[in-house]
Amino acid sequence: MTEPAIAIEGLAKEYSSGLWGRRRAALSPLHLSVQRGEVFGFLGPNGAGKTTTLKLLLGLIAPSAGTARILGMDFRDPRVKSRIGFLPEQPYFYDHLSASELLIYFAALSGMPAQVRRERAGAMLRRVGLADTGKLPLRKFSKGMLQRVGLAQAILHDPDVVFLDEPMSGLDPLGRMEVRDIIRELRADGRTVFFSTHILSDAEALCDRVAILDRGELCGVSSLEALTREVSGRVELVWTGNGRTTEIPFGVAAMAPETGTTGESARAIVAEAVSERALDSLQLAGMRLVSLTPVRLSLEEYFMARLRATRVSAEQADPQDNAILPREVARAAAAGAIR
Amino acid sequence: MTDVGASVVRVAAIARQNFREAVRDRVFYNLISFTALVVGAALVFSQISIAIERELLVNLGLTAISLTSVLLAVLLGVGLVAKEIERRTLYAVLARPVARWEFLSGKFCGLAATLTVNTACMAVALLLLVATQATHTPAANLSLWPVITATYFLLLQALILVAVALLFSSFSSPLLAAIFTLALFLIGSFTQDLHGMAQLANGASRWLLVGLVGVLPDLSSFNVIAAAAHGRAIPLRLIGLNTLYAALYGGAALGAAALIFSRREMK
Repeated sequence: MTEPAIAIEGLAKEYSSGLWGRRRAALSPLHLSVQRGEVFGFLGPNGAGKTTTLKLLLGLIAPSAGTARILGMDFRDPRVKSRIGFLPEQPYFYDHLSASELLIYFAALSGMPAQVRRERAGAMLRRVGLADTGKLPLRKFSKGMLQRVGLAQAILHDPDVVFLDEPMSGLDPLGRMEVRDIIRELRADGRTVFFSTHILSDAEALCDRVAILDRGELCGVSSLEALTREVSGRVELVWTGNGRTTEIPFGVAAMAPETGTTGESARAIVAEAVSERALDSLQLAGMRLVSLTPVRLSLEEYFMARLRATRVSAEQADPQDNAILPREVARAAAAGAIR
Repeated sequence: MTDVGASVVRVAAIARQNFREAVRDRVFYNLISFTALVVGAALVFSQISIAIERELLVNLGLTAISLTSVLLAVLLGVGLVAKEIERRTLYAVLARPVARWEFLSGKFCGLAATLTVNTACMAVALLLLVATQATHTPAANLSLWPVITATYFLLLQALILVAVALLFSSFSSPLLAAIFTLALFLIGSFTQDLHGMAQLANGASRWLLVGLVGVLPDLSSFNVIAAAAHGRAIPLRLIGLNTLYAALYGGAALGAAALIFSRREMK
């Protein structure tokens, strides 16, 4: 079996702060694997430890414990660096350079032969829609344009694994769509994309799998496919008036937090446990049931549920310091699809 | 390509980028303007000081070059790494197959190239002035070699300061690194006095002073401005010794900086 593109084995990071060097866990031992060719979303609120994880994998900071393998090699192996690409969060590049000069510089650092650097830089700028920026210095670029330059430098050397830290941050809808297209193209080319984000809609649109991180703890790992199969414990009822005026019977309205009418039909979302009673109310009122569909879990609901569950169990485990979770929870979450 | 060849390519790319940044930096042009002003002033003063025109011209000109190169070395030197960390431009660079010592070496070489070009330009301007004056006053028609050698020593001194600035900035803030480097420059310019004090001292204070003299850069031998102004020849032995000293001291400071930087966390 092929080795995963990224295999994180207990990677952890602690910082000491204050006069007495009090240790603070920025990342509790993390176990995670990302398969080759996968678009993997690393989700979590601000300060969850997403950037810390990326910095550890890229060797920008040293781990307090654990290790990782990237493309079958130890993550500290210098050869790894020529096969990965990285887009930092809110990238800021040498603002006296033009986009083309910057890419030629990064091409040289990546070990590309001198004769192909200019050509490759031009091709990348065309790919991210910046071919016409000419000699314009980067200091005159908008945030979205800088983000695209950052993406171009990340994929310039045709890496097998691309790490993107908040790639959509600060982009307008058009810019976000363009970045999404590039990520989809990378997937189509068989590249592995590991990107951190707190924008759930982006993750939902792009990812094969997602992991949720909160306060340095892994709260859950799931494939998007499994999520769409997972039911939320609620059902959606749709009915019509059966020749009469469509109405929402009192019995249904009382148990449904979400109701509405559209033209001839009405709908309500109720808990699965009370759906029988809701159906009885509809029948009593003389309504005709059109459909009864289980409501699927959205990524947002999954995200919030995992966050809540982790925080509650953390508080129970240690009411004084709810940033700490038993390692087994993280390990168990990493091992399966949905837990 | 061999590992060494690949390293050279990366170091050269970083140096080229750094040189380009310095050339496009406004500080660079401000300092050049400042030097032009001082050299111009030297010319004016030398014309009103009839007996010592050449001496005054060379003295003021070389002092201006010294001041400019020291300021450039310190101000640009302390920002070499700090600016990259602060703006996070370093993250994308270190995510490439670039070793941290390669990055530091590239930065040093880039600034060394900048200082060399800057010093050479100022030296050429000063030499032209001295040569022009020599045609008017035959008595001043002395060799230009002492001026060239003095300028070379000022460049070596600036390169030592860049290495020291890099060392300090590898573990402290740019402001502190600038203060430390300038302090070291001032103390280093008077190491002969420290040496004299060590000879006179006794016991622990003597060992302390001897130790300080050993660790601090001895920059006093790099200042031959007075000799150059009087047209005295600079011994070849001193040129060789100063070159060797600059290479060894600068190399040691750069090595220490690389060692510290290799363990630095990019928070």
